[in-house]
Amino acid sequence: MLVQLGADAKLLAGGQSLIPLMKLRFANPAHLVDLNFISGTSYIKKDNGTIRFGAMARHAEIEASTLAGTIPILHDCAAGIADVQVRNRGTIGGSLAEADPSGDWATVLFTLAAEVRCLGPNGERSVSVTDFIKDAYTTDLAQDELVSEVEIKIPTEGSGGAYLAFKRSAPVYPTASAAVQLTMNGDACEDAAIALGCVSLTPIRVKDAESVIRGQPLTEKTIASAVDAARAAADPQTDMRGSADYKRTLAGALVKRAIEIAVRRARGERVNTGHIYA
Amino acid sequence: MPDSVDNISIQLKVNGKSYSRAVEPRKLLVELLREDLDLTGTHVGCDTSYCGACTVVMNGAAVKSCTMFAVQADGADILTVEGLENNGELHPIQKAFGDCYGLQCGYCTPGLMLSAWQLLSRNKQPNEKEMRKAIAGNTCRCTGYQNILKAIHMAAENMKGA
Repeated sequence: MLVQLGADAKLLAGGQSLIPLMKLRFANPAHLVDLNFISGTSYIKKDNGTIRFGAMARHAEIEASTLAGTIPILHDCAAGIADVQVRNRGTIGGSLAEADPSGDWATVLFTLAAEVRCLGPNGERSVSVTDFIKDAYTTDLAQDELVSEVEIKIPTEGSGGAYLAFKRSAPVYPTASAAVQLTMNGDACEDAAIALGCVSLTPIRVKDAESVIRGQPLTEKTIASAVDAARAAADPQTDMRGSADYKRTLAGALVKRAIEIAVRRARGERVNTGHIYA
Repeated sequence: MPDSVDNISIQLKVNGKSYSRAVEPRKLLVELLREDLDLTGTHVGCDTSYCGACTVVMNGAAVKSCTMFAVQADGADILTVEGLENNGELHPIQKAFGDCYGLQCGYCTPGLMLSAWQLLSRNKQPNEKEMRKAIAGNTCRCTGYQNILKAIHMAAENMKGA
C-alpha cells in the first residue's frame, strides 16, 4: 500500500505521537494506513536465545509480560512511558520508527544487542538499532518499508541493567534518561553498555564511560569516572524542560544511580525502578 | 491532500448499545461520542493527549479518545461515563467520588473515573502507589488528588465481592 500511495502516506501504529502531530499540522499526510487491524503483530516470544517483539506490541503489553520482565531494563522502560492510557495504545515499533530524540525505547535498546526487522516489497532485512536510528525523527527505513519486529538477545547470566528517566509529570517526555546494562564477574565489571536519552538528537552510546569501567572493579572512583565521561558526552539543548547545564548534571546523576541498580540486579537482587517524577 | 474523502462505515458498541455510523476518516473518537452520539459526558480538555479528560474505556483498556480516530473504534466495545450507572443506580466509583468530595469543578471527573475503572477491573485492592500510577495520566486542577485517591480506595472497598 505504501508503494501505491506514495510519499504522502504515513503508517499509523499506536498513534500517540502521530495524531498529536497531525493536530498541530506538523504532520499532514494525505493517506494514513492503520496497522491496528492487522492481527498477529503484537506478539512477545522467546526464540533461540532472543526475545522477539512484534512491532505492534503495546507498551502496556510489554509492561505486563513476564517474559519481557526477565530483562528488567525492558520493564523499567515499558512501565514508565507516559501514562496508562498512552501505554495502552503506543507500540515499540512505532516508538522506534518515529525516532523522537526524547523517546524511551531507542535509548534502552542501544544498551542491548537489538535488531530492528524492516519489511518492504522486496522482503525483510535486519539492522542493529544503533544503525536504525539515523538522526532526530530519521531512521534507516525506506519510504516503502515498515518495522515488523524487534529482536533482543537475552543477556548472559550475571547481567543486570536499569533504565532511569526523569520526568516533570507522567504524560510528558523525560528531561533526561540513562540506560545501563552490565555483566558482572564478582566485583569486577566484565562488560558494560551505557546510553543517554533526551540529551542529543539521538540517544548517545557513551563508549568512554563504558571503557573506564569495563574489566575494572566497580568502586566509587571508577563509577565517578564513568559519570564524568557521560556528562562530557551529553549534548543537551536548553528548553522548557531545563537548561543544558541542568540536563548534563541530571544525566550524570541518572547514570550513577542506574549503574548502582544494574549491579544489584546483576547479583540477582530484585529492584523496582524506572521513571522518576520531579 | 485530496479535496474530499469518502466517509467510512463503522459499527461499534457504546455502553452496551450498538451504533452504525458513516464517519469522516479524520474525525476523532471523542468527537464521534460527543457530537454524533450526543454522549457529552466525555470531555475535551487539552486536546493534546496530556490531560486525560477524554479518557474512555475501549475493550477493557483506558484510552484517550482525543488521540484516536473514530474509525479506529470500528468493532470496539466502548464504555463512557454515561455507561457507569446501572438502572439509575450510581456505580460504586461514581458514588465514592461524591462521598469523598473527589471532585470540585468536575471537568476531569469522567476521565478519572474511567481510569479508576480500568484499575479496579484488574486489581481489586490496589495500594496507594498503584492508584497514583493508574491516574497519572489524568490532570485535576482543583482537588490536589488526595480526595480522588480516597474515593478510589472507597470504591475498591465497596466493590469487594462484587
